Amino acid sequence: MHDLEVGEHLYRFPGGLKLRHYKQIACRDPLARPDMPEALYLPLQQHQGPVGEVLVAQGDRVLKGQPLSHARNDREVPVHAPTSGTIAAIKSWPVSWPPDSEAECLVLQPDGADAWFETKALDDWRNADPADLVEHIRAAGLAGLGGAMFPTAAKLRGDWQQVHTLILNGSECEPYISCDEMLMRERPGAIIEGGLILARALGAERVVIAIEDQMGAVDKSLTRALAEHDPDDVCRIVEVTTIYPEGGEKQLIQVLTGSEVPHDGLPQDLGLACLNVGTAAAARDAVIEGKPLIERIVTVSGPGVQHPRNLVALLGTPVGDLLVAAGGLAGDVERLVLGGPMSGLPLASNRIPIAKGSNCILVLRRQDTRREQPVMPCINCGECVRVCPASLLPQELHKYLKAGNYDEADSLDLFDCIECGCCAHVCPSHIPLVDWYRHGKGVLRERGVEDARARKARQRFEAREKRIKEEKEQRRRKREQRERKLKSGGDARSEVQAAIERARAGSASPDEDGDR
Amino acid sequence: MLAVGVMLALLLGIGLVLLLSARKWKPDENSVVEQINELLPQTQCGQCDYPGCRPYAEAIASGEADINQCPPGGEAGVKALADLLGREPKPLNASHGETKPPVVAVIDEDRCIGCKLCIQACPVDAIVGAPKMMHTVIADECTGCELCLPPCPVDCIDLVPRRRPFIWSVDTVEVESREAREPVVAEREHA
Repeated sequence: MHDLEVGEHLYRFPGGLKLRHYKQIACRDPLARPDMPEALYLPLQQHQGPVGEVLVAQGDRVLKGQPLSHARNDREVPVHAPTSGTIAAIKSWPVSWPPDSEAECLVLQPDGADAWFETKALDDWRNADPADLVEHIRAAGLAGLGGAMFPTAAKLRGDWQQVHTLILNGSECEPYISCDEMLMRERPGAIIEGGLILARALGAERVVIAIEDQMGAVDKSLTRALAEHDPDDVCRIVEVTTIYPEGGEKQLIQVLTGSEVPHDGLPQDLGLACLNVGTAAAARDAVIEGKPLIERIVTVSGPGVQHPRNLVALLGTPVGDLLVAAGGLAGDVERLVLGGPMSGLPLASNRIPIAKGSNCILVLRRQDTRREQPVMPCINCGECVRVCPASLLPQELHKYLKAGNYDEADSLDLFDCIECGCCAHVCPSHIPLVDWYRHGKGVLRERGVEDARARKARQRFEAREKRIKEEKEQRRRKREQRERKLKSGGDARSEVQAAIERARAGSASPDEDGDR
Repeated sequence: MLAVGVMLALLLGIGLVLLLSARKWKPDENSVVEQINELLPQTQCGQCDYPGCRPYAEAIASGEADINQCPPGGEAGVKALADLLGREPKPLNASHGETKPPVVAVIDEDRCIGCKLCIQACPVDAIVGAPKMMHTVIADECTGCELCLPPCPVDCIDLVPRRRPFIWSVDTVEVESREAREPVVAEREHA
């Protein structure tokens, strides 16, 4: 099947949209750091999966890069202190997911010294054991920086077939977001070294760095860095056509290989692994410099901010501090969005901290968010079907979800929806389709949880019934035995006598003999 | 004459086959109970007047109980049962209680005297403890059946709403936008 190498020929995915991308407004200035915030708020959960074990308590002094939680397996991801200071509290604080909610956060009061904890670099990574590399990456707390925050270590090892090609995803396709573009311009060497490290950890032979065809500066900087850091010619840069959402994992794989990731499968089933370029740079920092993941590049952009730009933010920095660093607000700001305009999440508060997957803060004014027209009934025009990159039937899904027929929506593969927002974007009736799909997925997920809960309750109930029955049976048998013994007369009496003797011998009093 | 004979033979033959097959593959009582039990919420609360979901399923299968006696299952549960059994759905029988949002039991550990009565009452073994030692509820296993409340001599068990996962609603975006307006920077910009 793989006559051609990945990326040698470019294919197309169905649907998609050509969007104006508004990326350059945030790329005019070089990367900058906001002032040190008064406090950093570190959510314990900055990844998909269970939360690790907390290692610190209120009042503890911590150093920069010190682990604050401990991961017990690959699905858990540790959190590290982004700077030195004191743990002021562990308390509930607004977070981005679920919307308008709070979660346990470690509040770190910086002391300004920015003193490093010990850093553990891996010498000679080019010859290191892949398992050591994965272990190092896991300890550094890496989770997908593209936005999904999937634990990186869990992507690097598992029981799947051999991965032959690592795809580094640099094709950030959403309008406004340019953090990966900035990273590729400013630290191309780190991405290539990181890619080689990740490829070694995976056992992959090739690395493909996918960028958009509109990123001219990136292409140049990466090519220059390739000459320096990739002596064995493992990496290849591929420019893909800018069509939203070609940066989605499944879509990018389809563009590069022409094959689709199976419905309930993984890229690994195709011998591929797909990681964000930011994750690669973070892997490089973890392995070569021994630095855990404590900061990331965040795009602060949109029509509602004075000076759109890319910032290097410590994890835990409140969104408000980044807005200040970007010159403050402009105009009648109505909504803060985490992520891009197509698939981003609305933020309830500017106190919400930056987490590992926060790629962009988009600031929108009232005129940008206002609905032009009310929601109208579906007219079955089929535009949504035409643009759906997952080849779903958006209008049918909507119909079933609106009727509360969740099972039917599930059978139309609701869970294959990547929530890219193309269908809602083109809908002439202005139906918030993606919101319906998110709702449907939530209901179906809860139903799954409830079913699992009922199954477990049933098992426990049945186990208890069985146990009670057995206990009863045992008691009955014992009683019968006793009765039988008593009935046999003299035998029982002698046994009673024997028991009394035993008790006497046990008490072992000194005048025992005299008694006899 | 021959025709009558053939017809008679056929009649008897087919009759015999039907009789035997009906004996051999008779509808399995157990599988019906199993299917009904599958639809019940497994709260094991006994509000249906049977000591658990399976006994209630058996009673429905034998025609002894009606399908509208399970408050935790709610109207949706009645409907599912009606669909399965080919009957008309009917409103929940209010004498068995009403549908309430899911809860879990929580033991106030300061007040618990360690009497073990609640442990014996719990139908799913979701309470752990030893005599004269504090007891506690395994929240993940608790079905919120309320059966532990009456036996507790010191009334130290409370029911709290169960945490439910967040479910996106169609107007989540709109709700958010209202709230995002005020907080933005105001105080920090001047700080």
